[in-house]
Amino acid sequence: MDVFGSFALLLAFLCAGYAFVGGIFAIRTRHPLLVKSARQAGIATCGLIFLATASLVYLFFSDSYWVSYVVAHSNRDLATFYKIAALWSGQEGSLLFWSFLLAIYVFSVLLVYRNKNGELMPYVGVVLAGVQIFFLTLNNFVASPFKVLASTGANGTLEIFTRADGNGLTPLLQYPEMVIHPPNLYSGYTGFTIPFAFALGALLARYPGEKWIHLTRKWTMIAWCFQTMGILLGAHWAYAVLGWGGYWGWDPVENASLLPWLTGTAFLHSVMMQEKRGMMKVWNVWLVFTTFMLCILGTLLTRSGVVSSVHAFAQSSIGNYFVGFLLLIFAVCFVAYLKNRDYLKSENQLDSMVSRESSFLFNNLILLVSCIAVLSGTLFPVFSEWFSGSRISVGAPFFNKVNVPIGLLLLFLTGVGPLLAWRKTSTDSLKRNFGWPLVIGLLAGVVFFALGLREFFSLVCLILCVFVTSTIGMEFFRGARVIRSRSGASFLASAVDLTMRNTRRYGGYIVHMGMVLIFVGLAGAAFNRDAQKDMQPGSTLQIGGYKLLLQGFDSKVEKNYTSERMIVEVWRDNKPLMMLYPERRFFQTNEQSGTMVAIYSTLREDLYVVYAGQNPETQAPVVHAYLNPLVKWIWLGGLVVVLGTLVTLLPNRRAVLVLSGAPERAAQPASAQTLAPSVALREGHD
Amino acid sequence: MHKRTKFGIGIGIIVVSMGFLAWLGYGESKTYYHTIAELQTLHGTARAHRLRVGGTVEPGTIKRLSGRVDFVLAGEGKLLPVSYVGNEPLPDTFVDKSQALVEGSLANNGSFVAEHVQAKCASKYEAAPGGDAKPGSEKPSTM
Repeated sequence: MDVFGSFALLLAFLCAGYAFVGGIFAIRTRHPLLVKSARQAGIATCGLIFLATASLVYLFFSDSYWVSYVVAHSNRDLATFYKIAALWSGQEGSLLFWSFLLAIYVFSVLLVYRNKNGELMPYVGVVLAGVQIFFLTLNNFVASPFKVLASTGANGTLEIFTRADGNGLTPLLQYPEMVIHPPNLYSGYTGFTIPFAFALGALLARYPGEKWIHLTRKWTMIAWCFQTMGILLGAHWAYAVLGWGGYWGWDPVENASLLPWLTGTAFLHSVMMQEKRGMMKVWNVWLVFTTFMLCILGTLLTRSGVVSSVHAFAQSSIGNYFVGFLLLIFAVCFVAYLKNRDYLKSENQLDSMVSRESSFLFNNLILLVSCIAVLSGTLFPVFSEWFSGSRISVGAPFFNKVNVPIGLLLLFLTGVGPLLAWRKTSTDSLKRNFGWPLVIGLLAGVVFFALGLREFFSLVCLILCVFVTSTIGMEFFRGARVIRSRSGASFLASAVDLTMRNTRRYGGYIVHMGMVLIFVGLAGAAFNRDAQKDMQPGSTLQIGGYKLLLQGFDSKVEKNYTSERMIVEVWRDNKPLMMLYPERRFFQTNEQSGTMVAIYSTLREDLYVVYAGQNPETQAPVVHAYLNPLVKWIWLGGLVVVLGTLVTLLPNRRAVLVLSGAPERAAQPASAQTLAPSVALREGHD
Repeated sequence: MHKRTKFGIGIGIIVVSMGFLAWLGYGESKTYYHTIAELQTLHGTARAHRLRVGGTVEPGTIKRLSGRVDFVLAGEGKLLPVSYVGNEPLPDTFVDKSQALVEGSLANNGSFVAEHVQAKCASKYEAAPGGDAKPGSEKPSTM
């Protein structure tokens, strides 16, 4: 199977080469057969990558301990579930996994558009093949996952040998989320290749109109959704496994996943200006180029150890390939831009500070500022060494100082932006749209303050959350009311109907609502508390309203590890509430231990209990308990974001008729028949 | 006022204030990375900086005392005695021969007082793809 896998990879490399070179000739000659053969080579590349991946999975499942990658990342007793995760737990495997996920996207794109957009697709195919060639080069010649163990035999020949068992998977990765987090994040990273290929292809082809944006919107949404889920799952994994009570530490690899998310989010918003008003064309093209380059940079940071902390684990020369690839992408994009920049002329100009356009402009500006701050903070050690000779790193205070105010500004724009009219918003419509939400938000602020909330940023954050929720609620309310007055259905049914009629607009609101929930959760972080104590059976630890009573211990021998558990009874208000079992696991195969945190999670707060080892002097076991308010809202918000994204991907149920609160909006050519005198209808998707 | 000027001012305010905040945060959290050998050559103000040092934990030197953990880091043939005084429990991966990164400052006697320790087991760990290679890492701070 290892031989089969390597041959499949080698053939995939050749096919990708043909798709690239043949594609360029196809563009030159416009010969239909050549176009077709290049496309089919692209499809074959993907098929071969699928086969190679399948054979590596097979090697894991068949315990093939003559393949060095399998030896390094698996063992016989490893649960089936984690043998899948072992696929991407090391350098070679995760690079193959990159190729695999990219192949899924490329395969779908080539198939879906095989008879459409004939002028554009050959260009897109060439760009995609180019990206595939890079990763297949790594898979084949730099980090092959199919290397076998061999030693020089007695007569000087190389002999393959087989180990009895593998080294096992690192305990930190033996956690259910580690099976879904990397595929999500990687699907995000790879997914941005599609809008990138379309943007670059359209620029090279000088493809008329904004068609590439329409074509790629869904692909971008899918990639964005995966990226969002990947980041949140990673945060949740860090929270539940690392046992330090938090979920985000501005670690280089965490930052690496955030960077393309920031520019990708900016891109999702700013393309609307191009669709509606033909503006920001240069900006959009560069945003999507940058997003893709940040995806590559993210993979580089994770895989190469450029930013050397203990976190950048995979120290290897692979970084040079990535840096070379990044430079190449930049050069290609830059030349393509220079040669075709007249094609990107803007059709309109900004009219007013208080308009949808300007809210998008500021949204983009602060997302970009945040991106630059995170990027420079992450790469600071590298640059400071270049310029000053000393390696200086910056920590959480740097990132928080910039990103907390930026987050709040963004939250504010989330509420305001969607309700501003294009071109210019009148004072009247400002009053109508924001009067009540503003009053409700401020009232909530007074209530929070009265309840004793004094932390400035948290208070502002929660006020904004209420404000944004009210604006979104009002949008649904107004729309549903109109539908209800016509159909007589229930309010909820009318709201669903409303959403299905313009999935893009109302799905977008649902995504915004999810972000609001996430911000509620982040606001809680200012109030985290913790307590640590040496405990004997029978002793108690008080934290907030909870009392932890240590009842005793038990230990269990599992197939792959032995575990030692604390049996902790949780009391609240002098009543027993529940049992928690914080646990330590010891993995025999690789002689490592792991922590399993016990969490009692409610909407109000998380009680987070860690078995923190023994006190070295007394040998008494140590309990470290944290009380983290509102954390659950983050994970709930994530689910809402995913739900909203799925809604935006649905087709609209009927011809899109959206009521508009703002008369200015109706000034756009409305495909209108009018429902009620006060309600204007317009066509739209925003 | 001209529209462009207005936008320019708006953008300027945001960029300048964020730059100022970044500068504040930089001053608060900048940490100098040095090797153990370099530490001995530091003079004057450089010795007072917040420092980050990497090395390998010398086998048999980990002494768990009350309130602190003493150990010796080795690198490039030099040794550095370290006292860890942080609140967080040491990571699971912190054992003899593990590679460790300590953050803190130099004491007058030339030993190192660490507030944070991160560690990985030598050669045993491979990064998780994509996002989160943080073996037993102790987090410096929360968001």
